[in-house]
Amino acid sequence: MTTHAPSAAPSQTHAESHVEEVEIRGHIIDSLLLPKILDVIIGRGGAFRIKRITIGQARQDPSYAVVEVSAPTAAALAEILAQIADHGATPTQARDCRLEAADVAGAFPDGFYSTTNQRTEVRLAGQWIEVADQEMDCGIVVDAARKSARCIPMNEVLLGEPIVVGHAGVRVFPQERDADHKPTFEFMSSAVSSEKPKGVAIREVAAHLFRNQREGGKTLVVGGPAIVHTGSGPHLCELIRKGYIDRLFAGNALATHDIEQAIFGTSLGVNVDRGELAEAGHEHHLRAINCIRRWGGIRQAVEQGKLKSGIMYECVRNNVDFLLAGSIRDDGPLPEVVTDVLVAQREMRQKVRDVSFCLMIATTLHSIAVGNLLPAWVKVVCVDINPATVIKLNDRGSFQTVGLVTDVEPFLRLVAQEIAELEKKA
Amino acid sequence: MTSTISTNTGGMTPPARRAHILMCPPDYYGIEYEINPWMKRTRQADRQTALRQWQALKALLEKCGAEISLLDPVPGLPDLVFTANAALIYKNRAISANFRYAQRQRETPHDARWLADHGFVVESVPEGLNFEGAGDALFCGDTLFAGYRIRSDAAGMQAIGERLGCRVIPLELVNPYYYHLDTCFCPLKAGGAVWHPQAFDEYAMKAVREHVAELIEVDRAEAQRFACNAVVVDRHVITNTGCPKLHAELLQRGFEPHETTLDEFVKAGGSAKCLTLRLDGEEAAGWRNS
Repeated sequence: MTTHAPSAAPSQTHAESHVEEVEIRGHIIDSLLLPKILDVIIGRGGAFRIKRITIGQARQDPSYAVVEVSAPTAAALAEILAQIADHGATPTQARDCRLEAADVAGAFPDGFYSTTNQRTEVRLAGQWIEVADQEMDCGIVVDAARKSARCIPMNEVLLGEPIVVGHAGVRVFPQERDADHKPTFEFMSSAVSSEKPKGVAIREVAAHLFRNQREGGKTLVVGGPAIVHTGSGPHLCELIRKGYIDRLFAGNALATHDIEQAIFGTSLGVNVDRGELAEAGHEHHLRAINCIRRWGGIRQAVEQGKLKSGIMYECVRNNVDFLLAGSIRDDGPLPEVVTDVLVAQREMRQKVRDVSFCLMIATTLHSIAVGNLLPAWVKVVCVDINPATVIKLNDRGSFQTVGLVTDVEPFLRLVAQEIAELEKKA
Repeated sequence: MTSTISTNTGGMTPPARRAHILMCPPDYYGIEYEINPWMKRTRQADRQTALRQWQALKALLEKCGAEISLLDPVPGLPDLVFTANAALIYKNRAISANFRYAQRQRETPHDARWLADHGFVVESVPEGLNFEGAGDALFCGDTLFAGYRIRSDAAGMQAIGERLGCRVIPLELVNPYYYHLDTCFCPLKAGGAVWHPQAFDEYAMKAVREHVAELIEVDRAEAQRFACNAVVVDRHVITNTGCPKLHAELLQRGFEPHETTLDEFVKAGGSAKCLTLRLDGEEAAGWRNS
């Protein structure tokens, strides 16, 4: 692949530019038509990327090129396209997307376009429109009057809603590594492995967390109870207090054991500081849940001064929005736990919209659930002692995930230390 | 001006095949609209003079050994005389024109009917693409040189090349006075052509220089006399009058140049080549001799 852009405006990302793919066929090399077209694009302030090129072998064989043309404004792009059309470059997608009204509520029409987590655009009345709420495994619903389109999960489809069917008039921009930003996660971009030095990788995660906060991004933590079991709760609490975490997704377990520790000093009955099983410790988590239910909820417990420490306490105190999604094996559950999975999913969907960085720590099912909801451009770091979790996430299409196979406690401890270092330097 | 014809009467090597040319008498010729910078309705052509000039051209071509077939003129189609634009001929196939301007689009059914009636398989270019026949598409050897932008579309040329399985070199025309390729480029033989470089953009100039080894450059004054709009029959090259430099060049290279006045047609932006369609393939076309 070749990338070319005028030196004054280095290769723009798609988010900032207007793009159209064109094809050119024939004897475009011998006739210098291809270089001419590329020169026209550059000369008019656009940029191009040759996506595919086939050069004819024999003299009579035609060549074929697919070129992605981009320009800073829609008007500039239209002008470039008009110019190069005269030289035989024609848009590959000259058709609008096809719409079909949903004939069954809660289901897509047959042949619906199934989304990916990559940036997607649909063509409406000759114009490319970015699809909002990008999410994999959804359909696309179009509002023609408002010239907008968004991803919609199957179960939310209303009768008669116009849904995109087929692939015509839909284009996807695969996520590329950011060329401008120096190698974020470059070090960890290879496959998941337990046999990599962790220090550098963890420093990179901390640096990203730090930068995300400074740049006004939103960080989501998806966590499992191992955070509490391993005694790394205080590190996460520190990050929350310092404002590095904006949202927390977890299940009943993380909150339960966190509260158990706050009240009884144990997690799953084990004294976290001493590592010893407390007497009747196995009852502690049930008693903790019972307390919270009696007090009316986590928030009420904090406000009444009954819950005085821990991750959930810090979330309430520091206005970190949390969502606890239930499962069938939950004890209690805690009053805040959302037990209807569709409701939980819908809430998660709302809460991930502005997330720009996601840390998934020691949880498999919640990680996959959130991974499914995130667009491909949100950076995800998945930390787990079990490589299978990270692999699963990748296999399900969350390709942007960077995996770290390590115990949670040293991970969070190093991240917190590194953040403190970065703060000192800043 | 009269011309001297040397006829090959030696009889040792009979001409391989007689050149066959389609012409259309200028019975209804005139400047009725303006679709190129040459045309001015205020500068009308004289039909009688035009007829005499056309007859002189026809006689000259016949003297040079060509057989002339005639297309019936049609009232209201003044440019039907310019048969070069009717189609591109390739063996027994005729790729019919799809004219840019509505004024000339009505010529196509007449051209197509004649060609079909005379044994050609008539094909059209893909919908929405303009193509003005041999006016913009000329074989030089095995390569089809194709003028585009002013009258024909580059994409249409590429489609034709794909269909015929030949190499196409689209050349962008940038001077509205040389709106068809045959007004500024004339293949003489495989690898040799007459041209007026200023009619092309720089990429096209490079491409022509790259792919045609022997080029005779025509200056501005002679290009305006339509020196490049020449008809080549065997070694004979027929142009409008007023092209002495080109004629001298041609003589030097072993061609036999002839001139005949065609000023009434220049008023419409055409000359010798525009008034003819070579039905058996242009002299320089590689496939003609294969």
